[in-house]
Amino acid sequence: MSPSLPSPAELIPALAHELKALLAQKQINAPQFIGIRTGGVWVAQALLAELGHSDEHLGTLDVSFYRDDFTQNGLHPQVQPSALPFDIEGQHLVLVDDVLMSGRTIRAALNELFDYGRPASVTLVTLIELDARELPIRADVSALRLSLPADQRVKLRGPQPLSLELRQLSAATA
Amino acid sequence: MFALSHTQTLQLNDQGQLRHYLSIDGLSRELLTELLDTADSFLEVGARSVKKVPLLRGMTVCNVFFENSTRTRTTFELAAKRLSADVINLDISTSSTSKGESLFDTLRNLEAMAADMFVMRHGDSGAAHFVAEHVCPNVAVINAGDGRHSHPTQGMLDMLTIRRHKGDFAGLSVAIVGDILHSRVARSDMLALRTLGCTDIRVIAPKSLLPVGIEQYGATVYHDMNAGLKDVDVVIMLRLQKERMQGGLLPSEGEFFRLYGLTQQRLALAKPDALVMHPGPINRGVEIESAVADGEHSVILNQVTYGIAVRMAVLAMTMSGQKTQRQLDQESEA
Amino acid sequence: MRMTLKGARVIDPASQRDENVSIHIQDGRILALGNAPTGFTAERLLDYSGLVIAPGLVDLACALREPGFGRKGNIASETLAAAAGGVTSLCCPPFTRPALDTPAVAELILDRAREAGHTKVFPLGALSKGLAGEQLAELVALRDAGCVAFTNGLTQFQHIRTLRRALEYAATFNLTVVFTSQDRDLAEGGLVHEGPAAAFLGLPGIPETAETVALARDLLLVEQTGVRAHFSQLTSARGVEMIAQAQARGLPVTADVALYQLILTDEALHSFSGLYHVQPPLRSSSDREALREAVRAGVIQAIASHHQPHEGDAKRAPFGATEAGISSAELLLPLALTLVQDGLLSLPQLLERLSLGPAQALKLSAGKLGIGEAADLVIFDPESCTVAGERWFSKGENCPFMGHSLPGAVRYTLVDGHISYQR
Repeated sequence: MSPSLPSPAELIPALAHELKALLAQKQINAPQFIGIRTGGVWVAQALLAELGHSDEHLGTLDVSFYRDDFTQNGLHPQVQPSALPFDIEGQHLVLVDDVLMSGRTIRAALNELFDYGRPASVTLVTLIELDARELPIRADVSALRLSLPADQRVKLRGPQPLSLELRQLSAATA
Repeated sequence: MFALSHTQTLQLNDQGQLRHYLSIDGLSRELLTELLDTADSFLEVGARSVKKVPLLRGMTVCNVFFENSTRTRTTFELAAKRLSADVINLDISTSSTSKGESLFDTLRNLEAMAADMFVMRHGDSGAAHFVAEHVCPNVAVINAGDGRHSHPTQGMLDMLTIRRHKGDFAGLSVAIVGDILHSRVARSDMLALRTLGCTDIRVIAPKSLLPVGIEQYGATVYHDMNAGLKDVDVVIMLRLQKERMQGGLLPSEGEFFRLYGLTQQRLALAKPDALVMHPGPINRGVEIESAVADGEHSVILNQVTYGIAVRMAVLAMTMSGQKTQRQLDQESEA
Repeated sequence: MRMTLKGARVIDPASQRDENVSIHIQDGRILALGNAPTGFTAERLLDYSGLVIAPGLVDLACALREPGFGRKGNIASETLAAAAGGVTSLCCPPFTRPALDTPAVAELILDRAREAGHTKVFPLGALSKGLAGEQLAELVALRDAGCVAFTNGLTQFQHIRTLRRALEYAATFNLTVVFTSQDRDLAEGGLVHEGPAAAFLGLPGIPETAETVALARDLLLVEQTGVRAHFSQLTSARGVEMIAQAQARGLPVTADVALYQLILTDEALHSFSGLYHVQPPLRSSSDREALREAVRAGVIQAIASHHQPHEGDAKRAPFGATEAGISSAELLLPLALTLVQDGLLSLPQLLERLSLGPAQALKLSAGKLGIGEAADLVIFDPESCTVAGERWFSKGENCPFMGHSLPGAVRYTLVDGHISYQR
């Protein structure tokens, strides 16, 4: 809709660069990557490729069972199992999502992670951070900060190629 | 068919989501698949160190059992607790007089205590339908077995077992053996198998243990165990109740085992990788020999594990469907 | 009171009359049809153009629930309901509390019915004491108290030899016995017709043989004892065939069917609604077709409501815990008119099955429009319609036809020339 959004392919190298620097600064070697389904998984895959790592051990998280909007919206219809192919106890984790908006998804993801064990640290990486926080949750690293009108949403399309799309909410769902 | 439309309208909300779970009858292949997918996700939760998700936090599940069943009740209880719901267990004997009225009153009382879900087992076929339609339409009613009619969570846990071991249902041959006449498990399994695309459903039993009109389930009848087991992928053995001997349906447990008992020798007629299933509890030496029940083909204990995941999925989906319906109702009022 | 009803189409199956003719009534009896007798002056001249006048309907089985079951119904409420259905004479079964096995109960029922005045009531007496099927009731005393026939309903005699003796005793005094043939053992534990619907729903079945095995036995006993017998509430094609064969070999047996059996089948069970719980059960569509054909051919002479009103609680339960029966006496004529609408019967044929046929089956003096007969009439509008439940007089609302729009509407029901119901 809007031509002003950059392509994710352009954003990923910067994201990888910034993450690398942050991890170095925190002296974190070999962290485990976890993507939040589904957009976060795509971003994590792209990020790992950019960093020259395999995504063989990429963890995936489906936060449907941890969402705080079950009483309003019910169960997400296409729930998939979370899959963490490693023990998270004492590990440094990089949690990846596509868009950070209210912060509720990240809250749910953190809750779910802690049901698996106690990680040493969690670093949050998002492709886009919107100026719409409802919880005190911020990305450690993000490639793009945006302010959108209340009736607009940004959506990541993928997996090949990744693209960003602006959506106008209809009056009924706004 | 009238049957489909009635159970369907009762079980589904205006958006076609499950709001009660009474029978497999009338549920689409897509919905059953969604249920199995959701159960798969919950199966993963059961493998974690903290086997609990906060989905139904603050909600109350009432297990109302008019017939005793420790196993089914326990797995429902575990399922509800793994979803963080509060659980109340009520074992109500059927011997109480005027049971119909007490059923009505009991459930109205529980509803007044702000129960969100009823998991109900009752000796009368259609009891769960009755509660969902006439007593508490706004409480999610989950049928944990009604008379000979339906045991839809058992049906779907059997399907989850088959899918996890065999993948797709198309091309599978599934044999159900034993007391089909009195079995709500057999009825639920046949409906689920047919809906999920299984084209070779066999029932193996003497005429005295078969209901009239079994053809309506798309099943083929075998009276001979050896012929029926030939090259099947899955064998589902049913439990044989002792009282069947008294009604003249069978001469003896011994003769039944001789004709329809699952032995290693007979199992060899099935495919080499055939699964052996049983809803439990097992009568060793009556419908199945121990070597088979405990053997490499047996997935009887896996069924129990899958049962918890399926029940979690059913609780979560029906509760979700009720919530959505409530929102739709509010919107249409406004 | 002298009155003349004119302008209506008068249908009287007994005289095969079907014409537009005036009816002159004096002192509750039919004085003349056609021209008024000389010297007759009507105090009231009523124009019923566009309506049909027929003999008041005779319902062979209409439970009044009194004495003993006041929550379900009483004589006043249920006879008014029947009058609204076009009924002027009805037989009430003996399943009261206490059972109708003593003259005192018969007298009580007749007194209350007279008091209510909505229909004539002809009680059926219990064939055995307390309907227990062990010891004979005092049949002759009951006859003298007004019982027109005797039945044990679905309760089978403990010993067939006792039944045989009972039939011989009844035959001695030329009493009529009404059978509802269903073998207790074969029906044991069953709720509904044993067929695909029952299998699908997991409801325990009652096989067709529960009816036919009992029917075979009962017909042979009737033949042996020579008792005058009426078979009530047939449900199966095979059962109808056995009645037809018995009639063909000269056995003077008559039969009735519940009106709902001509309309509903076991397909209706798919809702699990206890409203469709009846005993003997609704059977398959091929059974229904055979019953309809038997009504058309006259093997079955009578259509009865088999009205069984219940309080709400009796049906507010899972199917197996509900009480059996449908409340539909007040829909008798409109519901039966669907058979004309379906092309099964002509209107005069239907009216015969609803009045003359049942009256003859139990030898009741009713169901005719002859000169000197009681002026028991139903006057209805064949072109109008009745919405079931719009008005409802029975205490039992257990009717699966509620809300249905049915053909025809009863305008007046006259008993002995008095209006017992009008709309």
